[in-house]
Amino acid sequence: MIIDVAFLEADLLPALNRGLQVSLALIIPASVIGFFCGILLGCARTFGSPLVKRAGDAFTALVRGVPLAIQLLFIYYALPKIGIYFDPFFAALLSFIICTSAYQSEYVRGALLSIRKGQILAAKALGFTNVQTILWIIIPQAARRALPGCGNEIIYLIKYSSLAYLVTCMELMGEGKVVASDTFRFMEVFFTVGLYYLAMVSVASILLHWLEKKAHIPGFSAR
Amino acid sequence: MHSLRVVLDAFPAILSGSVVTLGIVFGALFLGLILGFSLALMQVYGKPWQKVIVAVYVWFFRGFPILVLLFLGYGFFVALSLPLEPFLISLVVLGLTSAAYQSQIFRGALQSVKQGQLAAARALGMGDWQGIRCIIIPQALRLSIPGWSNEYSILLKDSAICFVLGTQDIMAKTSFAAARTHEHLALFACAGLLYFILTLLVVHLLQRLEKRLHIPGYTEAGGTENL
Amino acid sequence: MSDEQILLAEHIGLRVGDKIILDDCSLSLKKGELKVLIGPSGAGKSTFLQCLNLLQTPDTGSITLEGHPLDMKKPRALCDYRTKVGMIFQDFKLFDHLTAIDNVSIALKKVKGLSEKNARQRAETELDRVNLTDQATLYPAQLSGGQKQRVAFARALAMDPLILLLDEPTSALDPELVGEVLQVIRDLSSRGMTMVMATHQMDFIRQIASEIIFMEHGRILEQGNPETLLGDGIQSRTKQFYTSLASV
Repeated sequence: MIIDVAFLEADLLPALNRGLQVSLALIIPASVIGFFCGILLGCARTFGSPLVKRAGDAFTALVRGVPLAIQLLFIYYALPKIGIYFDPFFAALLSFIICTSAYQSEYVRGALLSIRKGQILAAKALGFTNVQTILWIIIPQAARRALPGCGNEIIYLIKYSSLAYLVTCMELMGEGKVVASDTFRFMEVFFTVGLYYLAMVSVASILLHWLEKKAHIPGFSAR
Repeated sequence: MHSLRVVLDAFPAILSGSVVTLGIVFGALFLGLILGFSLALMQVYGKPWQKVIVAVYVWFFRGFPILVLLFLGYGFFVALSLPLEPFLISLVVLGLTSAAYQSQIFRGALQSVKQGQLAAARALGMGDWQGIRCIIIPQALRLSIPGWSNEYSILLKDSAICFVLGTQDIMAKTSFAAARTHEHLALFACAGLLYFILTLLVVHLLQRLEKRLHIPGYTEAGGTENL
Repeated sequence: MSDEQILLAEHIGLRVGDKIILDDCSLSLKKGELKVLIGPSGAGKSTFLQCLNLLQTPDTGSITLEGHPLDMKKPRALCDYRTKVGMIFQDFKLFDHLTAIDNVSIALKKVKGLSEKNARQRAETELDRVNLTDQATLYPAQLSGGQKQRVAFARALAMDPLILLLDEPTSALDPELVGEVLQVIRDLSSRGMTMVMATHQMDFIRQIASEIIFMEHGRILEQGNPETLLGDGIQSRTKQFYTSLASV
């Protein structure tokens, strides 16, 4: 494959850089909001009343069991039938938030359940109130256990943000598809688009790795 | 009850789409198994250069979104003037991607088989490869089943994107019926349910397989339980 | 030894479902006393200790600390009470995500409201007292069982408790590590710390216990000083139990 510098500079890269901005505008809010919703959902599924737990579990199982592509098309094409309209960008953003919060809640719940009873008992024996126990014992321990899973989920989100193309949202993938269709240079275009995602994923992995290292405590991560 | 009739009308087509979907998923799972297992063996027991190849392969396929890989695969088939059969392209692309993920499942399993097992095989006079084949691999495959059932449900969901190439799967049939009847709500709900059921069904089957192959006292947490 | 009564627990009872776990157990403690709970496993020693620290709320009974009756329904009062009554667990229960020194200082900072610097200084003093200055920055997973239990002592003592409750502090330890923990308890006793301890270390009990309390099936069957329960020629349930342990 001969690299055509003129084509890259004139056509492809400007379009992809434009798309990258839209992609980031999807990924960053979706991962932040999704993460916080995931924490809330995870806590509700761990500490909630039986009814709340059942509802949370059912929601999570449903979202995890149905492909993201269907959820996305459902929000964009089906909800207007009952009078709820989204433009492509917000349809994508909403479906990413729903999807990622369900997955995040799994890791949060797992981390909360992994905390040993004795840790809470020891805190109580020292006179900790419930709030103090949650703040200084449960959260620091649960956060460390949830970190690898939650981080990976963000990496998945980066890649799956490309599905926004399915509802004609002009992000990285959408811009690439237009250039590819115009020029018929499928291989070059999609390889370059892939490299953009690979770069984002690699940066996120390095960041996650650094965070994990920083939060590492000897003998702790293993349950 | 217009929407119900539309769903009932479209249901045979959607169901026939599920045959295509499952064909892609199981084909990819199998391709991923063969290739992923070879990669894992290379990564755990191979020479340094082999490990580098595996690392690059995994990095590449885990870093590219499925959607991009599908279009790239399409481009490859065009460039090599292979038959442009969407089913085949989807199967190969998902299979190659799954190999990257499956290699990591198997690597973990191979590494969690206890060190002493290979030493014990050597002590009985087995060669290294014989020990790996007769002692390590049967143990590692058992340990891989949970990861494998997870991989199935991921592949099933990923396969819902293959319709962009024109694959006649559940998604394609549903989108087609929806575009024709404008009953997106009922049809997509129906397709979503179908995927949900297909996920639960196979995960349940694999759980039963895991139980059947269960060896008392043998767990993932480092071989044999401390009794 | 002064005659000042510190703790009075009366008619403590607890049932779980139909099962009676504790039946009318009472205990009074004077300053500097070391009372020892013994009895077969499942006798309710551990539960009794947890009730004395209100980690489990008894169904019946009352607790009076330094003449003040405790209102078990007030969360705030419970927290205050627990800071005054320390607890040592069989399995240490160190906070897994904190170093030895942070294990000791966290409650000083968060519960007692000490400044970072003061809490750290106090924690250093306590760790020094149990000879763990060199291990201060290690995490629980990097410590031996005996060292973990000594950190647990430092953590409890840093709160300046009036009373220390010890739930079989040596029974999760390898035999060669038991001595270092018993030494800590011996030092505490000689410094006048008031303690209630469940244990099976019978020789140790004979040497330093002010009173032995024998429990079985959730009841206190016998209590008295070591001489009256274990002395030569005495027939008691406690002595029977003692002999059965010694013969193993």
